[in-house]
Amino acid sequence: MEYKKLQGKLRKHILKMHFGAGSGHIGCSLSCIDIMIAILKTRKEGDTFILSKGHAASALYTIMNETGDIPDDDIATFYKNATELPAHPAPLKYAAIPFATGSLGHGLPLAAGIAKANKLKGTGNTSFVLMSDGETNEGTSWEAAHFAVAHKLDNLVAVIDRNGLQGFGNTKDILGDTAAASLWTAMGFEVVETAGHDVAALVAAKDKLLLSLNGKPKLIIAHTVKGKGISYMEDKMEWHYLPMTETQYADAVEEIDMLYCR
Amino acid sequence: MRKHFSEYIENNLADREDFIFITGDLGYAALEKVALKMGGRFINAGVAEQNMIGMAAGMASQGYQVICYSIAPFVVYRCLEQMRNDVCFHNLPVYVVGNGGGYGYGIMGSSHHAIEDIATLSGLPNIECFVPAFTDDLFTCLDAITTRRRPAYLRLGLGKPMPAGMYKTDYGAAMPASEKAKLTVVVQAPVANNVIAAIGADGYQKQIDLFVINRMPLKMLSEAVKESVAATGRVLTVEEHVSTGGLGAALALLILEAALPVGQFKSLRAEGYPDALYGSQAFHQQQSGLDEANITSVIARLLSF
Repeated sequence: MEYKKLQGKLRKHILKMHFGAGSGHIGCSLSCIDIMIAILKTRKEGDTFILSKGHAASALYTIMNETGDIPDDDIATFYKNATELPAHPAPLKYAAIPFATGSLGHGLPLAAGIAKANKLKGTGNTSFVLMSDGETNEGTSWEAAHFAVAHKLDNLVAVIDRNGLQGFGNTKDILGDTAAASLWTAMGFEVVETAGHDVAALVAAKDKLLLSLNGKPKLIIAHTVKGKGISYMEDKMEWHYLPMTETQYADAVEEIDMLYCR
Repeated sequence: MRKHFSEYIENNLADREDFIFITGDLGYAALEKVALKMGGRFINAGVAEQNMIGMAAGMASQGYQVICYSIAPFVVYRCLEQMRNDVCFHNLPVYVVGNGGGYGYGIMGSSHHAIEDIATLSGLPNIECFVPAFTDDLFTCLDAITTRRRPAYLRLGLGKPMPAGMYKTDYGAAMPASEKAKLTVVVQAPVANNVIAAIGADGYQKQIDLFVINRMPLKMLSEAVKESVAATGRVLTVEEHVSTGGLGAALALLILEAALPVGQFKSLRAEGYPDALYGSQAFHQQQSGLDEANITSVIARLLSF
């Protein structure tokens, strides 16, 4: 398990940042950090990555700190006044963060535009975007999906962090499962479903899709758990919003140590 | 102006590999030649304006300059957040072109009018709104937009050539009074033609300094406007746009900040749909008092003080 220690290390980093800041959005970052490891630790130069679910910014910041794109000094300012690392990514600050996000439904159109530009230029680069399952409610996600299919953007890889929870309820109870594989397959995407916390499986899914130059845009539906790794947070909507108490933070770190770092 | 716009694209930009043209499924009998010349760099995004603007931002981030075309209301209101977050926050060269600004689509009805477009967009960061009044002015605006390489909105309207006696300036165009000016008239958009007709018909030209402003937000008073206002102390603004966020409001603020002594300030602007009745562009201009006859009487009144 080559990624396990990194998964634990970055989780602890996320917890430290949020505890230091007294901030929420912990559950959503723990839900998708493994996906980000799979994409950002293996991507090629020229590939782009957009975090469409901008509320998982702490996960993005930790992995970019790991890859050397965001220095330690900047990380220390997370969530504080005069920071360049607010709760949702800021525009024009880091080359590795091409777009400020935070309003849902923007990532897939942006990534489709980048993929189309890559096709026009013939670069061979891949355009990655990470979405939440909730944001597949947004009409723009559907507009962009149809465009990607019509323009045969097989250099576009979307990943849906499918944890089944959105802002104020379960996705299945709100608009139904707008992230269902059947819907995206019917639209014309090449879809792979995989375990969303198994980095090796995610990398394998991605590599398999990238070899498939069949004119179909790619989608990985990553089955995840909100708050993954911390038992009292797992699959709990409130951990979209709540900050940790000192005891909760200590418990969380201990649990991550046990699960990932031994 | 739509025809002149497409000719400009065809003649100046279509061959350039760094330009992409996206249409929101519009352009019948106008964009066919552009499409043919641009090939794969001409894209019909379908009836999906929000995605059009988001994608344009993605393409612009990869080094392209992207023109997004639709009719004005669809490309302004529907995708405001994409303009703000994706394009303007990142200062990207995405040029949104809206045909039929103001009441340009006439009897098509309120869904097709754009009388709050400049207010809607000009408050966003990094953007500039270009509102040509004449075809000559359109080309100047397009040159400026593509040289500037930052977010832009271009509002197209009725395309008449610039009248004789008027000359281009860095803010648009001007026609100074032939004798001593008693009134400063500041105008935006092709409704300027109504003002010019009003001034010409009643021989007011010798008493009026006329300025046509083609860029918003209005951030400063040009020296010529400042001198004219200081000399006349009377100002009339005319625009086919609502008062809020428009030319008159912006000019009033700048005049107050400059502490210019103004005794009379009158704004003629789009008043929406005062009687909830619909008609041609000329009908709506008349409803708002933007027609030649009303402008003439307003000028007469202002000059009588």
